[in-house]
Amino acid sequence: MTTRPAIRVQNLTKRFGDFVAVDDVTFEAAEGKITALLGPSGSGKSTVLRMIAGLETPTSGRIWMEEEETTYKSVQERRVGFVFQHYALFRHMTVAQNVAFGLAVRKESKAEQEKRVKELLELVQLGPYGDRYPDQLSGGQRQRVALARALAPRPRVLLLDEPFGALDARVRQDLRHWLDDLHRELGVTSLFVTHDQEEALELAHEVVVMHEGGIEQMGSPAQIYNEPETAFVAGFIGSANVLHGRVASGHVQFGEHRVAGADHLAEGEPARAYVRPHDVRLSAEGNGGSVEATVERITTLGWLSRVTLRLDDGQTIAAELPSDELEGVEVGSTVRLDMRRAKAFSLPEASEPEPDEVVGVESGIPAA
Amino acid sequence: MSATVSAERPTVLVDITPGSREMRKRERRRKLVRGSIVAACLAYLTVVLLAPLVGIFLSAFSKGLPTIAETLTSPDVEHAFLITFQITVVTLLVTTAFGLVTAWVLVRHRFLGRRIMNALVELPLAMSPVTVGLACVLLFGRGGWFEPWFTARGIQIMWALPSMVLVTTFICIPFVIRSVAPVLEEVGTEEEDAARTLGASTMQTLFRVILPNIRWGLFYGIALTTARAIGEIGAVLLVSGMLKGKTETATIYVFTAFEERLDTQGYIVALTLAFISIVMLGVIEFSKRRKIREVAG
Repeated sequence: MTTRPAIRVQNLTKRFGDFVAVDDVTFEAAEGKITALLGPSGSGKSTVLRMIAGLETPTSGRIWMEEEETTYKSVQERRVGFVFQHYALFRHMTVAQNVAFGLAVRKESKAEQEKRVKELLELVQLGPYGDRYPDQLSGGQRQRVALARALAPRPRVLLLDEPFGALDARVRQDLRHWLDDLHRELGVTSLFVTHDQEEALELAHEVVVMHEGGIEQMGSPAQIYNEPETAFVAGFIGSANVLHGRVASGHVQFGEHRVAGADHLAEGEPARAYVRPHDVRLSAEGNGGSVEATVERITTLGWLSRVTLRLDDGQTIAAELPSDELEGVEVGSTVRLDMRRAKAFSLPEASEPEPDEVVGVESGIPAA
Repeated sequence: MSATVSAERPTVLVDITPGSREMRKRERRRKLVRGSIVAACLAYLTVVLLAPLVGIFLSAFSKGLPTIAETLTSPDVEHAFLITFQITVVTLLVTTAFGLVTAWVLVRHRFLGRRIMNALVELPLAMSPVTVGLACVLLFGRGGWFEPWFTARGIQIMWALPSMVLVTTFICIPFVIRSVAPVLEEVGTEEEDAARTLGASTMQTLFRVILPNIRWGLFYGIALTTARAIGEIGAVLLVSGMLKGKTETATIYVFTAFEERLDTQGYIVALTLAFISIVMLGVIEFSKRRKIREVAG
């Protein structure tokens, strides 16, 4: 499969009055792949999606679909499949009529419509539900109907706006796996918007992280997770400890200790070091690492344990490690920490989410 | 004895377990109170609503069926109903078309003066029909603002059908708007967006998605408009000139019948109008229920 872009967006900007919802966004979505637009609410990701669909007019910038510029095309001409968060099924039509809608308005023959509806209802595993009305279906079933409806006219790309947002956790998980399988089968270029990092990392081949209308970072899920380029990404994806300090000869210095990785920052500048709880190695012996800390609390969650540690300058950080590696680590004991994988960012860059001491520890086991 | 009331002892023990005598007594009292409230309401409605209807019914039939047939087929009565019908149809067409567009604009667009427009739409409900008629006379009557323009072109507005349609339309403006707007609001824009992404044109979206979604709200508005257009008299009376066989509506016929000592004929036409109203009431009730379901669904 080639990776030429199915969707290309260049310098896209959208203003609502004085408010800049989308600020100079440029990215590509590769053909046949799933791309995620990931960001907190208000980051402009849905507006980008709606502009690609033509439901919103850009203030400036250009949009291409399969090498054809669609910036000034009408919604109808763009031939996108759009899946809405709240399904947006036509409530007065049956499931079959909903799925057939895109074919009916294009004046496809009745026979063709029937054939395609049957095919798609089979595909979304709702074969026997053609005569039902949307309000007789569960949330997950409705979203599958919405997907079948979007796919029926054979769209060039599939755009999904928080497709699992209105579903409960259990259904969301099922539907996510199911969508993944479906994509393998159909291979239709998909661009979906989500605020759920786990969803983006699990489902997407490419992730575009958005924040305050702009793009923070683009890359594969592994890149986004392991090599965050900005403080925002480091704090938003997965969970991370934040250590406040100053840059001293390529390190972030806090108290008597320092972590490496600040070569790109100016000497003496205030900085933050981000380190994931599972990247904090600790050892009870005196030779495990450069940073000294006191164990404050140990919480065991089955095979995984979380250790809360206090550094000598008063900052606390969390470490996560397999429970059977806890040997010699007990509350009150002094341990040494290895935080080689810490990422340093200068302070002004470190905007939202405002990480106090430990970010996202409540999100539990990070999605690796 | 479980429920003991003793003169010597200050404590009064009352058995209030379900099914006990005391509880049954209380239950009876509650039922009595509730029953009398219902009875009072029924009596009130019977006297105020039903009695006039029965009165009209009896009076209309007082001279037998032949008189009824004769009255309803007389040229004056037939013409009066024709005028009422014409006014109603034109009013319906105008208020439905403009009402839909206005409701749309009020719900879907945010513009300067929207709130004022929103309030203004209800003006006809607050105004006395006589005032409306008077305003029409002031604008189109002799020496009125617009009168010279129309007179110069030989178009008769006052004391003719145009002015009667005009005032009726004015009075009926709010009904479609007020019954469609909340449904439109509730339905939201997502289905419209979905239709467009699926390739539907504006017209296809309107007829296949929007109208079916608001149909009962619209129907309710149309029923209210029809009932009001048929029943309106105050404003129409003022601008019609009451020319027998020319600008006389069914309601005006009833009004003038008594002056001409044609009481029975008046009752017969009034009964016919009442019958139409009852049918409309049924339609209104039916569509209201559907509309509520539409909003809730």
